[in-house]
Amino acid sequence: MNVIVTDRGFGHEAIPTVWISLAEALSAPAEGVADLRVHLDPDTDPAALAPLLGRLGAVRVAFPSSADGRGFTIARQLRLMGYEGSLRAYGHVIADQYSLARRAGFDDVEISHDLASRQPEHMWTGPESRRQQDYQARLRG
Amino acid sequence: MYVYSEFDRDFVRDRNAQFREQVARRLSGALTEDEFKPLRLMNGVYLQLHAYMLRVAIPYGTLNSAQMRKLAYLAQRWDKGYGHFTTRQNIQYNWPALTDIPDMLDALAEVGMHAIQTSGNTIRNVTADHFAGAAADEIADPRPVAELLRQWSTDHPEFQYLPRKFKIAVTGSPLDRAVIRAHDIGLRLVRDADGAPGYEVIVGGGLGRTPMVGQVLTPFLPQADLLPYVEAIVSVYNLLGRRDNKYKARIKITVHENGIDEIRRRVEARFARLRKEFRGVDQQMLASIEAQFAPPAFEVGRSALPYEDAREIDPVFQAWSDTNIHPHKRDDHAIVTVSLKRPGETPGDASAEQMRVLADLAQEFGHDELRISHEQNVILPHVHRADLPTLHARLRRAGLATANAGLISDIIACPGMDYCALATARSIPVAQEIASRFEALKLEHEVGPMKIKISGCINACGHHHVGHIGILGLDRAGVENYQITLGGDAGPDMVLGERAGAGFPADRIVDAVEALVRGYLDLRAGPAETFLDTYRRLGAEPFRAILYPTEKVHAA
Ligand code: SF4
Repeated sequence: MNVIVTDRGFGHEAIPTVWISLAEALSAPAEGVADLRVHLDPDTDPAALAPLLGRLGAVRVAFPSSADGRGFTIARQLRLMGYEGSLRAYGHVIADQYSLARRAGFDDVEISHDLASRQPEHMWTGPESRRQQDYQARLRG
Repeated sequence: MYVYSEFDRDFVRDRNAQFREQVARRLSGALTEDEFKPLRLMNGVYLQLHAYMLRVAIPYGTLNSAQMRKLAYLAQRWDKGYGHFTTRQNIQYNWPALTDIPDMLDALAEVGMHAIQTSGNTIRNVTADHFAGAAADEIADPRPVAELLRQWSTDHPEFQYLPRKFKIAVTGSPLDRAVIRAHDIGLRLVRDADGAPGYEVIVGGGLGRTPMVGQVLTPFLPQADLLPYVEAIVSVYNLLGRRDNKYKARIKITVHENGIDEIRRRVEARFARLRKEFRGVDQQMLASIEAQFAPPAFEVGRSALPYEDAREIDPVFQAWSDTNIHPHKRDDHAIVTVSLKRPGETPGDASAEQMRVLADLAQEFGHDELRISHEQNVILPHVHRADLPTLHARLRRAGLATANAGLISDIIACPGMDYCALATARSIPVAQEIASRFEALKLEHEVGPMKIKISGCINACGHHHVGHIGILGLDRAGVENYQITLGGDAGPDMVLGERAGAGFPADRIVDAVEALVRGYLDLRAGPAETFLDTYRRLGAEPFRAILYPTEKVHAA
């Protein structure tokens, strides 16, 4: 079972979330179906989620490699579009990227067991991954 | 000059602590080399041909004497006694041990310097006109906005893992000494019809294997819109830029493949959302940064006569001041270019001792300011003319008075095969031989303005595409071969040079350059017509005929 990293450290989902694709979400009947849990591939244009905004329960963005930073922009765009629900980074995200992920708008990160054993909890929660200074927030005011 | 705020100091200190810990985790295996690579790159650490290399930022090319002395200290303590100034206003140390680098970074932090984002697929060190704040032709000093961009881009959560590196340059002068059309984003300070300040925004320029001249994204962007607009550009690029092929990943290709109009449409849509996120605090910060770049207290009323006298009696001083001095916004001052291109030396290299001499001179004669130019020279931006003779004498003693700024031996050359893992040929020795040849021929001053630029492979770090004469070193079946381009120009109307024809082997390239230059002297309309002007007047054909006399050259 995958590890969910939050500000409190490592955890697990008691009942694993069932994710649907963006295509499935877009074709779901508009009436009655709220709380959609949508998994996004990194090549998704965030604007495509605009029609779903009121009905999203959770969004998960895939990181195929820790060198692929598209997910950070997707997260920020979703937040700028007004999405306030749960937002998760998923896949090859490393401890050193946790603070970026949080500042980009993610709530938590889902990683594999392998990655979690190579980069144990203290690497994610240590002072280095909790950098206080944020130039961008300071400039935006 | 900008002095680090407490915020900057805390940031750099924490970042250095983080990198020290990342190095330890790499050594323990908690980080794989693949995971560590982007982390070390965003802290300026490259793996070169022989060793690690540390690239230190000199933001917008400005530094003071204490910072220069610290660079000298690093060279002596952790390298082989010298450093290499690059074409992007950085200094590189080619021989540090990985385990020493955290200590080097801590030493830099003591004087408000760092190596953050000097490498990697992120927004790099923001460069600016090296005569900023001093040139007579300037509309406004570009450094405050370069500093604002430095802060905005530092550790930006969206932009640390871009498709490829991202370079921004700013100029405050219509003469554009920052080559803004060869950058991912180029900014030129302009004023609108009512005199309000803003920026012309250029996007998608770059050299490398597919050279492109940047295009105008907007001719006038109001000053207060800058950060959200630039953020919109990089954000669009982060999603749209190609990640399947590293040679097609720069924004110039994104612009080329999607068209400038489509890019503009997307940027404006993104900008509309981002604009309101910036509530004006950035403009207050810009104003306080501007105050820190206030001009120094110039000496008024002092006569510049010693300068005139020295020019009359000392021909060596006269030759140097003809080439290495640029008009200052004050008539009684001058901008001095200290050439790091002594014939036979490695272009851009400075020894620890030379760095210390430069620091002393800046303190004594130059209001404690130094600049590093993209042409790999050191600038003293504010020197009273009366001090020039003494300054020149002191430079001579340190081997730093080479009178060649802007001349044929003032060559830009990338590190090439001597250091770079990607190189296909040597470039430094070619630069050295060309400089020595023209030194021996005593033709340099007669030839006048001439920019030779040399790259050791198609990545074009030596900017050969925009050299009046460009030289590209390739590998032809295991043998070095040098291709010549002609007519390039890095000025405000950037022009890419044209390939002259087949390449030359290493033992013939210097002869080929000499033949071109002698041919130019025959062809020019008069001594006032520069190589580039002659080339533009006559086109490539007469020059091709000089290079390839036995081939039949047909007029195009
Ligand atoms: S042009 Fe090529 S050889 Fe020269 S520094 Fe760049 S990558 Fe290395």
